[in-house]
Amino acid sequence: MESTIERHTIAVLVDNEPGVLARVIGLFSGRGYNIESLTVAEVDPQDSRSRITVVTTGTPMVIEQIKAQLDRLVPVHRVSDLTMQGPHVERELALVKVVSSGDKRVEALRIADIFRASVVDSTIDSFVFEMTGKTDKLNAFVKLMEPLGLVDISRTGVVAIARGKEGM
Amino acid sequence: MASEQLTGSEIVLRALVDQDVDVIFGYPGGAVLPIYDALYQQNSLRHILVRQEAGAVHAAEGYARSTGKVGVVLVTSGPGATNAVTGLTDALMDSIPLVCLTGQVPTHLIGNDAFQEADTTGITRPCTKHNYLVKSIEELPRVMHEAFYIAKSGRPGPVVVDLPKDILQAMGAYTPPNGGQHKSYRPQVKGDLNRIREAVALIAEAKRPIFYCGGGVINSGKAASQLLTEFVRLTGYPCTATLMGLGCYPASDRQFLGMLGMHGTYEANLAMHDCDVMINVGARFDDRVTGKLTEFSPGSKKIHIDIDPSSINKNVHVDLPVVGDVAHVIEVMIKEWKARQYQPDQKALAAWWKQIDQWRSRDCLKYHQDGELIKPQYAIERLYELTKDRETYITTEVGQHQMWAAQFYKFEKPNRWMTSGGLGTMGYGLPAAMGVQIGHPDALVIDVAGEASVIMNIQEMSTIAQYRLPVKVFILNNEYMGMVRQWQELLHGGRYAESYMASLPDFVQLAESFHAVGLRAERPDQVDDVIKEMIACDKAVIADILVDKAENCFPMIPSGAAHNEMLLGPDDKAKPVSEEGMVLV
Repeated sequence: MESTIERHTIAVLVDNEPGVLARVIGLFSGRGYNIESLTVAEVDPQDSRSRITVVTTGTPMVIEQIKAQLDRLVPVHRVSDLTMQGPHVERELALVKVVSSGDKRVEALRIADIFRASVVDSTIDSFVFEMTGKTDKLNAFVKLMEPLGLVDISRTGVVAIARGKEGM
Repeated sequence: MASEQLTGSEIVLRALVDQDVDVIFGYPGGAVLPIYDALYQQNSLRHILVRQEAGAVHAAEGYARSTGKVGVVLVTSGPGATNAVTGLTDALMDSIPLVCLTGQVPTHLIGNDAFQEADTTGITRPCTKHNYLVKSIEELPRVMHEAFYIAKSGRPGPVVVDLPKDILQAMGAYTPPNGGQHKSYRPQVKGDLNRIREAVALIAEAKRPIFYCGGGVINSGKAASQLLTEFVRLTGYPCTATLMGLGCYPASDRQFLGMLGMHGTYEANLAMHDCDVMINVGARFDDRVTGKLTEFSPGSKKIHIDIDPSSINKNVHVDLPVVGDVAHVIEVMIKEWKARQYQPDQKALAAWWKQIDQWRSRDCLKYHQDGELIKPQYAIERLYELTKDRETYITTEVGQHQMWAAQFYKFEKPNRWMTSGGLGTMGYGLPAAMGVQIGHPDALVIDVAGEASVIMNIQEMSTIAQYRLPVKVFILNNEYMGMVRQWQELLHGGRYAESYMASLPDFVQLAESFHAVGLRAERPDQVDDVIKEMIACDKAVIADILVDKAENCFPMIPSGAAHNEMLLGPDDKAKPVSEEGMVLV
């Protein structure tokens, strides 16, 4: 078996019941799987369903195991490997706080403009930028902000959805 | 129309009755007092009072495995629940259907570190198939029925229902079972027909085939064992079974090669190693079975029938997975085999059997019963010979005696063999035997035990006495934790660290103090008499069989070795165990 490490984005539709997130997380920690990012929110209040998007890494055999193990959890409705299924959109949101003055402040604002980040809070010597995009784009932006007075970052982790008309 | 109002406790008991439960294994305490009060006032459910909660869970496991029904446990909050954790984990590893009801502090106290509070659902989440904390009386009937459905359907397993005391005392309406509908949980029972066809074609073409059968066959029900036996005989192929699968195919049949794995037979392991088509029926490529993964059956195409998709490709890559219930899949396979009039390659098969018979002729289980010491193998062999014609159920503890029982006791039928396979829980056998005896009051139930294991739950002798259960405890007493001692001899230079048991009880007197009969055999010529007396006795018996303390369990595949690197006996010099092997258990 090939043992190349792959990165997969997996969407999991679950019943929004107490403990469901603990089940998913406990599965990953208990079996030694990686979590690169994990987001969860209710997506169907009527049927009380939440969607968990988890980005994980592992060999193809491990990825297959992760999906099978997730699917085995009683409150899980569906597991969908977006990476495997083909074209999909991945987005992440970041709030980035930069504290600086003078040229650095101007430069931060200029780069934010290039990256289409918006200013959601400002004081005389700070900005909070809001930015949405792919993980790489966020990483690049954060890296550029480092020398310009970066003090705080909050990121949502990846959410993802398949392209085309098919629903999960 | 207002429906009848019941207390939570009454709803729990009503649900148990509607789920066809007739016996509960439990231990009372503050949080479950309302359930005990309701139990006191009814006659349809029998309660067996154990002496420690671990005993309750193992007893329920023994009951479940021997009857095919769901085992039910009732314990209190806090320590009651935590004492149940080992048994729950055991049931999860061996896929045993259990429903464990745990008491909980009232909902308004949850999270306050109240007296006898434990985060039971948190603690048991990784050691159950599913668990519930019931937070309102309205959901109680649904949760109770769901718990049974989940425990017994698909790949069976333990389910915990945590019941806060205020819920047990609240009033609500009862609803009967809905026939097993669940919004998200839907096990796949029927196998994909095309896959099955492909599999049967592959089976028919095999030159060196082997059936490798596991506990999934037993769990699938009695019909599955019959169908498997029919199919194996139809093909004329050899068949081996895992520790959990013993009894799924008649052990005395010529096509049966014995158990495989670490202490399996030479012929079974070599046939697994050299086969060209492996048909895994309800087994999970456990590390005790595969040995060194990279050298596991290197030249074979592997078919894997399993109800749990997560078992597929977990340890070993398989070429043709069929997800579904064993009984269903094998039934379709037989139809397919007959419909297409498949004929195996008789010439190839004859050559394969010739090879297997050659391996068999090594007689890998041979031992020499000479001198004054009782060989443990001899004791088991005599036990088999003297009990085989009766309705006998065997449970075991964990260790050498367990492996000798698996090697030397021939199981012809499913559900007759209860052992802790996956978790390897010492102390399992005595309470399990108790559960088996409750399910089969007239049967001969024997716990084949080691003196170290049996002490782990010896308190259950008191339960056995209370309910006058004629359970027989057959101790192969070598005064060592035998398997630990064996590994220390083979892998750790004979430094027997903490594996000798000093100050063991006198088991004959121990039996008497628990109102049972104590017997002892010290010489080979006493073994038969002790066994006969044990069988004839209508009370519980502890038979203390003093066996050769130095005997090791062979054959053995050392850790990290492959199937074809077996040690057949003490004279077989092992290659030094690899560093990789040393870290394995």
